[in-house]
Amino acid sequence: MERRSKTILRQKVAMPEAPALERRNGFQEVSLGYTPELAKVEADRCLLCKKPLCVPGCPVAIDIPGFIRQLSDGNLPAAYEILKRSNPLPAVCGRVCPQETQCEVKCVMGRKGEPVAIGRLERFVGDWGVAHGAAEEVEARLTGKKVAIVGSGPAGIACAQDLARAGVAVTIYEALHEVGGVLVYGIPPFRLPRKIVNQEIEGLKRLGVRIERNKVIGKIFTIEQLLHTKGFDAVFIGTGAGLPKFMGIPGEHLNGVMSANEFLTRVNLMHGYEKADTPIGMGDSVIVIGAGNTALDAARTALRMGAKEVTIVYRRTEKESPARLEELRHATEEGIQFCWLTQPVRLHGDVNGSVVAMECLRMELGEPDLSGRRSPRPVTGSEFRIQADTVIYALGTVANPIIARSTPCLKVNQQGYLEIDPQTQMTSIPGVFAGGDIVTGSATVILALGAGRRAAQGILQYLGLSREEERGEGHGLTMPAVSRAG
Amino acid sequence: MFLILKKEVFAPDTFLWEVAAPEIADAAEAGQFAMVRLKEGGERIPLTIADFDRERGTVTLVVKVVGRSTEEMATYSAGERFLDFIGPLGAPTQVKGKNHIVLVGGGLGVAPLYPILRSFKELGSGTTTILGFRTRNQIFWEERFRLLSNQLLVMTEDGSYGRHGTTIDALRFILSGEVPVDEVMTVGPIGMMQAVAEVTRPLKIPTFASMNSIMVDGIGMCGSCRITVEGKVLFACVDGPDMDAHKVDFEELKVRQNRFKKEEIASLKKYRGECALKKEGRIF
Repeated sequence: MERRSKTILRQKVAMPEAPALERRNGFQEVSLGYTPELAKVEADRCLLCKKPLCVPGCPVAIDIPGFIRQLSDGNLPAAYEILKRSNPLPAVCGRVCPQETQCEVKCVMGRKGEPVAIGRLERFVGDWGVAHGAAEEVEARLTGKKVAIVGSGPAGIACAQDLARAGVAVTIYEALHEVGGVLVYGIPPFRLPRKIVNQEIEGLKRLGVRIERNKVIGKIFTIEQLLHTKGFDAVFIGTGAGLPKFMGIPGEHLNGVMSANEFLTRVNLMHGYEKADTPIGMGDSVIVIGAGNTALDAARTALRMGAKEVTIVYRRTEKESPARLEELRHATEEGIQFCWLTQPVRLHGDVNGSVVAMECLRMELGEPDLSGRRSPRPVTGSEFRIQADTVIYALGTVANPIIARSTPCLKVNQQGYLEIDPQTQMTSIPGVFAGGDIVTGSATVILALGAGRRAAQGILQYLGLSREEERGEGHGLTMPAVSRAG
Repeated sequence: MFLILKKEVFAPDTFLWEVAAPEIADAAEAGQFAMVRLKEGGERIPLTIADFDRERGTVTLVVKVVGRSTEEMATYSAGERFLDFIGPLGAPTQVKGKNHIVLVGGGLGVAPLYPILRSFKELGSGTTTILGFRTRNQIFWEERFRLLSNQLLVMTEDGSYGRHGTTIDALRFILSGEVPVDEVMTVGPIGMMQAVAEVTRPLKIPTFASMNSIMVDGIGMCGSCRITVEGKVLFACVDGPDMDAHKVDFEELKVRQNRFKKEEIASLKKYRGECALKKEGRIF
């Protein structure tokens, strides 16, 4: 097998992208993905390490050299099969994972150049699989067990997939009218096209998973009812992110001030990007507070919805920003402005109660804090104002209280997140499992997928269905350290 | 799809739907709300549940036309179906047995007061109900309320029916009477609920008001419905809709209710334009 050219490319093969000035006016996808030829060249950069460092960097321990070898050999079905063995949503994760802090940061190629573009290769193979409907239709022997999954986001999808493959009858209850959780209400289509999400959901349905939309568990049925009157043998809670955080500075009640959750929900879930009925409430000059992925999504969405000026305000520097590097680069190319080391202190409004400006303080970096990031402190007398008619808060979320309030024996921590056994993901109630943001607080898609899969194993064990040989190291689903990216 | 079993028109801009929704009816409690989404691309319209019948498996909504989506709702007839019905949402009204409770409803707010009245009645509380309408032809459900209330006062602002005056006049009158009042519950326009709170505040009578702030998802995700209550941010969709009326910042709420005024007017205009074109057969 002749797989390597004589000289090894130091740099990643660039991925084609829509031109910045063109893409900032619409919701078409920004990154266009590798062609088969480009994917082959990039795959050939991989050294196929015997003891790969990238694999432990992956929260779900994908056999990265394994899938890249198959890709390099032109065996796409085998490459896809290897990805799917560990990651239920490769086409999604290839797009949204913070690879630069997970697998790629560990890649030995990165020592003398750029690491292998593992994310782009994952995306290429994932897209191939989705386009070819390659998710295998497992002829699982039905076990007669029934499991309810609360929430159709990444954690729920992962859990459902593993359970369905093991012959469990799965019903997903989704609170909203669209299926996919954060993949449809949060991440904008220019970063994750709806087609990809929908095809993954179709794959779930082919596995026999039932999905009921518009059912808010904790309201229409309680967890207790699911277990005792609806006849489910176990329940998995993957309800995701909760209510937005505000800062508590004066003026946050003003009109024109909203959370990134609200803005993105109006545009994504309610199809504001297709000019549907739900109003957006955005003006010409937009400030986004925060610099994580959600902040960048909101800023770039604002631009696409017609804002003339979009400014990101963050109290630390670009270096501390938790966003994916690629998103920061894309945002800059599209004309988003950044005010680093800037702390909002007050919002000013007009007589009608609408926001007109934000008052800020300049910051400087001090000593590293508990998270290892240098903590910013204000420069005295540095107050200044930025004009804005729209201010979007992207400072993360707190726990959604619906399930906890309606489930008396469910243990939560001080912040309201569910307490679980990290091995099995089981909560304080036997037969009730949980994973994803409702356990960890805001984290990544891949961590939620990992939690969903661990919970599926925990559930199978609880139901007496887990086969001995599949336990233990086989699934590679030990609890990883939480990465910094959001 | 959800079937509209019955439609009743109360006034030119006010109508009732009885919707077949057994699971929602089964779970609903007094004071909760539901959301209607008519069609693909439609808004999620939050509406306080006006009644529910577990045996018939129905949920009743009373709707006032205030914008594009409610105007479109008004075009649906009994026998037609709409796309999504989500509920029950929000926390139920805290109904505890009291010696005497006063319920104050204004305009459309009269409707959701009915299941609250019924719940208090079931626990044996004494009830005085004050219903306020602008004028005679807007009055609905008077008989239903009369059957469950120990005392019922119907007020019209123009004096065309019942007593001449506002609900606030009636509330003052009741509170100056001899029956001690343990609690006041109010549903209606923000200005009215605020006025109720101001009447009961000096008397230190616990008072609750149902918040109808602007929502998107209604399930504790977006923060659109946030309300300042005693300096703290609370969310009408999961912490409410009922809030301690003495602690709510009503002035702020009034301003926030106008957040989408411009968009709402433009959207209504566009919708009416499209309807006119459809009538003329120019678009389908």
